[in-house]
Amino acid sequence: MPLLEIKDLHARVEDKTILEGINLTIEAGEIHAIMGPNGSGKSTLSYVLSGREGYEVTGGEVLYQGVDLLQMAPEIRAREGVFLAFQYPVEIPGVATTTFLKAALNAVRKHRGEAELDAMQFVKLARAKATSLNIGDDMLKRAINTGFSGGEKKRAEVLQMALLEPRLAILDETDSGLDIDALKVVAGGVNALRSADRSMLIITHYQRLLDFIIPDHVHVLAGGRIVKSGGKELALELEEKGYGEFLGEAA
Amino acid sequence: MAKKKNTSEPFVEQFAELALARKDHEPAWLLALRQDALDVFQATGLPDRKTEAWKYTNLNKLSKAGFAPAQPLREIDSLPISILPVEGYRIVFLNGYFQPALSLLQSLPEGVIIESLGAAITREPDLLESQMSHRSPSRDMPLSALNSAFSEDGLYLRIAPGIKLEQPIHIVSIGQADEEPIAFHMRSYFEIGAGASVDILESHVGRDGDTYFSNSVSEISIEKDARLGHYRLQDESNRAFNIGLANLDLAQGTFYNGFGLQVGSTLARNEIRARIGGEGIECCINGAYLASGTQHIDNTTFVDHAEAGSTSRQTFKGVLDDQAKGVFQGKVLVEPNAQKTDGHQLSRTLLLSRSAEMDCKPELEIYADDVKCSHGATVGELEEEAIFYLRTRGIDPVDARDMLIEAFIADVTAEISHQTIREAFDRVVHQWLIDGQEVLT
Repeated sequence: MPLLEIKDLHARVEDKTILEGINLTIEAGEIHAIMGPNGSGKSTLSYVLSGREGYEVTGGEVLYQGVDLLQMAPEIRAREGVFLAFQYPVEIPGVATTTFLKAALNAVRKHRGEAELDAMQFVKLARAKATSLNIGDDMLKRAINTGFSGGEKKRAEVLQMALLEPRLAILDETDSGLDIDALKVVAGGVNALRSADRSMLIITHYQRLLDFIIPDHVHVLAGGRIVKSGGKELALELEEKGYGEFLGEAA
Repeated sequence: MAKKKNTSEPFVEQFAELALARKDHEPAWLLALRQDALDVFQATGLPDRKTEAWKYTNLNKLSKAGFAPAQPLREIDSLPISILPVEGYRIVFLNGYFQPALSLLQSLPEGVIIESLGAAITREPDLLESQMSHRSPSRDMPLSALNSAFSEDGLYLRIAPGIKLEQPIHIVSIGQADEEPIAFHMRSYFEIGAGASVDILESHVGRDGDTYFSNSVSEISIEKDARLGHYRLQDESNRAFNIGLANLDLAQGTFYNGFGLQVGSTLARNEIRARIGGEGIECCINGAYLASGTQHIDNTTFVDHAEAGSTSRQTFKGVLDDQAKGVFQGKVLVEPNAQKTDGHQLSRTLLLSRSAEMDCKPELEIYADDVKCSHGATVGELEEEAIFYLRTRGIDPVDARDMLIEAFIADVTAEISHQTIREAFDRVVHQWLIDGQEVLT
């Protein structure tokens, strides 16, 4: 059974139809990249998969481990192992990252039938994960994403992913706003989390992230549909030619 | 006019009865002072919505409740469990009457007086006469006049110059109405001597279901270079009416760190009036409130910069659920010679329900030309985006909501300079959220 099966998915935001029949199957351990021009529906796809309000599914289905994902509340999806790394992680002043992540991890652990961690155990684990990903643990003491630089925000997302150990990680424009050094650190973190039972869906506009996180499959999203699929070489082709031919096709 | 007479009538009748009994044991000056105050109250009655200062807080429900003056009860033998566990000195009042058995005043250092107002009047009648007559009853403050007419007891606190008390003083007021609705009017005097430093916690508590009216007035004088941390918790019975007024007189170089947390009562008003009477004063008046059901919570402040070169800071944050109503009225007056005044005021409210309501009236009145003053008010909802973010990490939506509310309030409780009291107040907020969750499930 595939980890994720998206079948003929249609979705709209308010009155605007954005996804017009997406088909995509992700097997366990695979890394898929979705590339596409602005406005093609990349972020909409990530929000529909994570359950954001205001994104209405008008057709098709999404099976996650064989179960209807779209029926689950966002927190249940998370506890079942779906993780969205945000393009713009939300700043939440006043809530310490440690408090938040401990609550998140314990909610996930409880759901899996594992013992909850106390504050000491949590901090120890979080520090160990941060060190192993080479991303520093100073952000744990600060309020969630508050005053973080673009690079810090993305590193914090990777740290959260490492702690929550998802089965399906969706990375929405993780490269946006990062300089090359920050990009390498974030990609290094993501690569360290690759494993045979963890799949990833990488959503990106530019090919450069895929120099560092090598995908198994690349898909082109345009006009709300996947218009072309291929191997990692497709990303290079797009970098060279741009999205021009697909824009024409979509229109 | 006829209507106003109506609201004062029951009080006038009660006063006549009390006056007969008081003749035998109260000094003449006090009887006269009470009569003057009653005359003022009789002329005005309870404030109604035509009174500007009470435009948003309607006392109809209060005037209809039919409160009898509280009589001394048999002493209670333990404190309610809701009392915040804070080490230090303690003075307890039950329905406005001093409770020596529950008070902890044995080991007061020299130069510190904490006693009942009654004891102070007996001990130092001349001094108390001059203090209590200092502020004459005013038609602008009818509830203060009502307090003067009826007050049975209260607190007398004096800290000699230079004394720095390490342990806080906990003033506990317990309301208890076993049968009929009762009213009590505590009158307190705080005198913080020059260079002294002290932290005071006031807890106003009662059992849910009891109907009573607590109408307290505190006169607080802070002398040169002294520091007062003054933290007030209003966690009264859900059927109580709590009206509290504090008149602050700040001298040169003083630091006032005030905080009021309101979670209880069906109707409550916490009013602070501060006179900035010198330079180098830092006056912080902050507060938070959390209300649900049909609660009505009012915070009213008046900061009078009468002298140059001082700072005032006010931040109030509130959370209103269901049909709860909040009021913030804050006025900063900068008098003509109060140059170099730095005054800042902010009111922020979160509405958790469509039927909750917030009335906000910030006012700046500035007669000096070289000042830095600002005010701001916001009323908003929880950010959906933040809740979604927390939910995508596996956090339950109710927990996500509570996390955001706690952070919103903790931002202002952080201004409380006494750590134990700050933590205790944060726990009150946490408990309010837990109680709300239980109602949901």
